[in-house]
Amino acid sequence: MSVLRLIGRATLLHVKQLSRSQFEIATALFVPLVQATLAVYLFRAGTEPHRLLEAAVGAGMMAVWSSVLFGSGGAIQNQRWQGTLEMLMLAPRPPALLVFPITLATAVTGTYAMIATLLWGGLVYRIPLDVADPLAFAVSVPAAILGLGMFGLLLASTFVLLPNANAINNTLEYPIWLVSGMLVPITVLPGWTGPVGAVLPTTWASRAVRESVTGSGPVWPSLGVCLALSLGCLVAGALVMSYVERRARANATLALA
Amino acid sequence: MALAIEARDLRRTYRTRTGWLNPRRLELDAVRGVDLDVRRGELFGLLGPNGAGKTTTIKMLNTLLIPTSGSARVCGFDVVSQTREVRRRIGYVFGGDRGLYDRLSALDNLRYFAELYGVPAARQKRRIGELLELVGLTGRERERVEGYSRGMRQRLHIARGLLHEPEVLFLDEPSIGVDPVAARELRNTVAGLAATGTTVLLTTHYMAEAEELCDRIAVIAGGEIQALGTPDELKHHAEGRRVLEVQAFGVSDAQLARIDGLPGVREASVDVVGTAQLVTVQSDATVDVQADVLRLLDGVRLGRVTARQPTLEDAYVAIVGRSPVGAAA
Repeated sequence: MSVLRLIGRATLLHVKQLSRSQFEIATALFVPLVQATLAVYLFRAGTEPHRLLEAAVGAGMMAVWSSVLFGSGGAIQNQRWQGTLEMLMLAPRPPALLVFPITLATAVTGTYAMIATLLWGGLVYRIPLDVADPLAFAVSVPAAILGLGMFGLLLASTFVLLPNANAINNTLEYPIWLVSGMLVPITVLPGWTGPVGAVLPTTWASRAVRESVTGSGPVWPSLGVCLALSLGCLVAGALVMSYVERRARANATLALA
Repeated sequence: MALAIEARDLRRTYRTRTGWLNPRRLELDAVRGVDLDVRRGELFGLLGPNGAGKTTTIKMLNTLLIPTSGSARVCGFDVVSQTREVRRRIGYVFGGDRGLYDRLSALDNLRYFAELYGVPAARQKRRIGELLELVGLTGRERERVEGYSRGMRQRLHIARGLLHEPEVLFLDEPSIGVDPVAARELRNTVAGLAATGTTVLLTTHYMAEAEELCDRIAVIAGGEIQALGTPDELKHHAEGRRVLEVQAFGVSDAQLARIDGLPGVREASVDVVGTAQLVTVQSDATVDVQADVLRLLDGVRLGRVTARQPTLEDAYVAIVGRSPVGAAA
């Protein structure tokens, strides 16, 4: 119970801290709107103009992913710059429990973009929020966010081991949302991308959200696979994080100086 | 004797690598065999020049760094193998602006860390209220930290470090950059903590702070303990000396070197105090160097000239000056 309370309160405070950065909010809102605008025009120009809502939701999911990728990838580094990393690591808790709320917060702040793209679609392009299964949509979006937050912990821990995490962030953003089928169906991609997408929680998260919007399939199996994969990432991330923390203490890399 | 901190032959070497094509590996021995015993309830000072190994020593004791060799125990727990037990019992406060969530309020910062440090939910509100009162931030706790002065941040650091009522508190230069009034309040707070039985390990550059607060002081230089004792015991290191202070304007390095070379002179240093310089010359008690010093400062505008008995600061200078690092400098 106290662990859940810690995760809840810590996530809330990190969401608050992130939400008060004008730069981060402006970036989180502006980029998805550009992506969603492009998607709408592509869908309109193509043969499926009726899928505009999918474009808006897909752009929102892309934004959640970008937020998790950059937020989690930079989680440790950001804490280090703020001088809070040492204070976090001094807490008598497993390191994963200290970092997971940060990665979860990045997923939560990613939903600002989801809301923005849906509002933008409705106000600018008159895309009605005509969701096939509102209950499933209301459940799948937070569940997908939770799943991506867990995936974020694995990203955060592995990125610490790599010296140029920022460069890796940039190269992972577009390929992951492509192979996860966030905007275009996986079926139109080359066959070899299938297995890659199948092991990513992002694929199942976006599939569950899309299914709830379009009613094209049962939402719960996709959501179940998403959460199972994410849980695996959480466990792996927790193990790596403990290793990373000890290595950082041995190499003196918790502080900037 | 119950010990709060015990360190045996504690060593830490930093290893770095520079360059890609032709990498160069560098090794720096920051701490070279430190032995320390700090009793429970003691206020223990660690003094030393920049780069002496103070912060590295503290970080090994508070589990942030793993020693290269040697061992240390805090409250009886090993700092390497019983990390979580140690962390439950210690608080850590460092000086400077960083280390807080600036866009959150003081209250949010304290609530967050109270949760992290496992303060029971039922006690958090009362404990946070007590600490805000202790550090004088009551009424300002809902303001964002980014609007706080350095002194207020420092007090918030202290409140955070005390949330879980640690048995041992590590204070790493807590008064750095803090104005004199805030520094005095901070000293009062630290003295109050020690009075209630909290063991405090304090590093500082300020001799007056160390002399006023500490039961015992260890002087560290070049990664080794050079002297250890009560402030009065340490002053004996400057016994047999007299000190001459000359307020001056425009003393050159060459002039200082010539003063340092005078017969009977042990140390000569210059500090900038406001717009003036303060030349401090330690000499053998049996030798009066005042006339020679003033002769070597001929042409320099001079102010007050004072001869006095050695203080803890003079003892510190003598100890550091005798160390291999000080001698090399």
